[in-house]
Amino acid sequence: MPKLTIIAAVNNAIATAMRNDPRVVVFGEDVGKKGGVFGATDKIQAEFGEARCFDTPLSEDGIVGTAIGMALNGLRPIAEIQFQDFIYPAFDQIVSELAKMRYRSGGQYACPVVVRTPYGGGIRGGLYHSQSAEAYFTHTPGLVTVIPSTPYDTKGLLLSALQGEDPVIFFEPKRIYRDPALAEEVPEGMYTVPIGKARLAREGSHISVFCYGAMVPVCLQAAEQAEAKGISLEVLDLRTLCPLDEAAVLASVRKTGRAIVVHEAPKFCGYGAEISALIAEEAVDSLEAPIVRVAGFDTPFPNALENYYMPDARRVMDAVDRVMSF
Amino acid sequence: MTILNLPPAAEPNSRGVVHLRVLSEKGEPLPGAVLPDLSPEKWLSIYRGMVLTRVLDGKMLILQRQGRIGFVGTATGLEAAVIASGAAFEPQDWIFPALREGGVAVYRGMPLVEYVGQMFLNCHDTSKGRQMNNHFQHRGSHFVSWSSCIGTQLPQAVGAAYAAQIRSQGTVMCGYLGDGATSSPEFHAAATFAGVWKAPVVFVCIDNGWAISVPSSAQSASRSFGSKAEAYGFPGVDVDGNDAAAVYRETRAAVDRARAGGGPSLVALKSYRILGHSSSDDPTRYRDPSEVEAWKAADPIDRLGAFLERKGWLHADAAMRLRESLEAEVDRAIDEAAAAPKLPLRALVDDVYARVTPRLVAQHDELVRVLDRFGDPTAAEGRFPL
Repeated sequence: MPKLTIIAAVNNAIATAMRNDPRVVVFGEDVGKKGGVFGATDKIQAEFGEARCFDTPLSEDGIVGTAIGMALNGLRPIAEIQFQDFIYPAFDQIVSELAKMRYRSGGQYACPVVVRTPYGGGIRGGLYHSQSAEAYFTHTPGLVTVIPSTPYDTKGLLLSALQGEDPVIFFEPKRIYRDPALAEEVPEGMYTVPIGKARLAREGSHISVFCYGAMVPVCLQAAEQAEAKGISLEVLDLRTLCPLDEAAVLASVRKTGRAIVVHEAPKFCGYGAEISALIAEEAVDSLEAPIVRVAGFDTPFPNALENYYMPDARRVMDAVDRVMSF
Repeated sequence: MTILNLPPAAEPNSRGVVHLRVLSEKGEPLPGAVLPDLSPEKWLSIYRGMVLTRVLDGKMLILQRQGRIGFVGTATGLEAAVIASGAAFEPQDWIFPALREGGVAVYRGMPLVEYVGQMFLNCHDTSKGRQMNNHFQHRGSHFVSWSSCIGTQLPQAVGAAYAAQIRSQGTVMCGYLGDGATSSPEFHAAATFAGVWKAPVVFVCIDNGWAISVPSSAQSASRSFGSKAEAYGFPGVDVDGNDAAAVYRETRAAVDRARAGGGPSLVALKSYRILGHSSSDDPTRYRDPSEVEAWKAADPIDRLGAFLERKGWLHADAAMRLRESLEAEVDRAIDEAAAAPKLPLRALVDDVYARVTPRLVAQHDELVRVLDRFGDPTAAEGRFPL
């Protein structure tokens, strides 16, 4: 099996899906000859032709709107939004149309579209190439929201998304797209990772750390540091934010009695609030300490100081110490 | 000074636009005008569809005033623009409608009881009571679900057309829009993509004079709505939307061109919304009654009826009988639809996803428990039937 990075796994998943299912098409800005600004569709047009992999005019509402029409008429579109920060022109199509088509039509119409988009900071992209806006989408019933953190999961979850019947917003952690330390063996051909199941990234006993995407390696690094101090962190990679694997979250916190949630999106009304509320509603009797969130600041995304904005192992370790000393 | 929004005339309007016409206001073929080549049966089916649309609007407004349904958005005055354009598409073609094209769904085969059931939001409503009233769909005749958002259906029509193209379906997509929707970002996106892709799609813009209270003259500084197509690289025409013959001819030409691989078109139909935006709107607050009267005098049903009578295909008494029989048909549909059962509580949580999630089952069951505790007749439905 070849060792792939996350971006290579995206590319491999797209090619695999297109080989297996003639209905799959992929399109967006610069996805054709150039193969995407991050290379997610590298060589796809050469293999599958311009009818199945193509550039669109520079219009995100056009990209998602036409993807919906394609799905209504029997295709399996993968719509690429070049940076998650540019998704807002398509917000109306995603929130008003994509998410609600099945419900509002009483199940007469469905649009299984996969919207892929690189999210998150760490590439010196400033306000408009760094955002982590998953909460807007998890707050919208009808959408499935997925954020992988490993090459294996990236391919398996993307293939799951393309076989599913519901629309999926597929956030890709661009900061770790090419991280060689994360490269791992990824099977050739078809396989799937189930949507709605969290992954136990590290088993532990003192604190449950809930995270996803580019924060998973950060939390695993913190877990190493904690281990050296004799504190055992359990790291749960949520993988699918909606539907959330509630059972896995609750089982973990019932075991450890302590919870930290880590994400790079702003803290206020961020996804961590939902995890905290779930634990408070369902497992408050298991808690030995307050739930702590480690998150981005409640500011727009900065540039020069981005490394202070995004949670790192130091901030996670500080939370670990606060929770353990409660 | 208020510029009145008057029916198209032979002379250019204030922006120098002449709207294409085939029939005079009295239903006479204009000298030199090319009539669409239609059988008498097809002409009569269009006429029937127009009258049925008028009848449905009238009956629905009565139900609304009786408090039996919530909201009506009529096509009164727009029947030629709506039905004669819809009739130019083939059964395999898809319609992406806006608010006032429900008559096209019925023309294409939507059962009246489903139409009325949608208004009652009960078990005969295929959208399961989720949509606001007057939001019709009929999958059987490819009449796609519409949201209330303006223009969002247009890029969807283009995407469906792209799929039709690469799947070699030979299908043409119709995207209906109003004058207001030409200002939406989605119109721009749809027209841009359709032009670049040469997609088999026809945009039918029904300029009914008003986007709620904003006149179409205040919607755009373009020379005309049809002229907008030029910027996107495909043909656009401006048509007298109260002339069913011209509407059909121009829409059909666009459909034929799309099917032959000639790409998209924009057909702009100048007409007039005789009633308010909806049953909740009072148009006397913002428009001059004299322009409404001028448009009432240019009634599209009377105009087509006069043409058919002139041709000897429809006599005045037959027209009256047709109207009476359609009224009776709608009355029967109302009786049947009104008697349909209410929607079950599970319609709250079905169809959010392909399968109801455990979380939604739990939310449903919690509601049932609360209703059970505090009393509500629907609680008898019991737990979620999975």
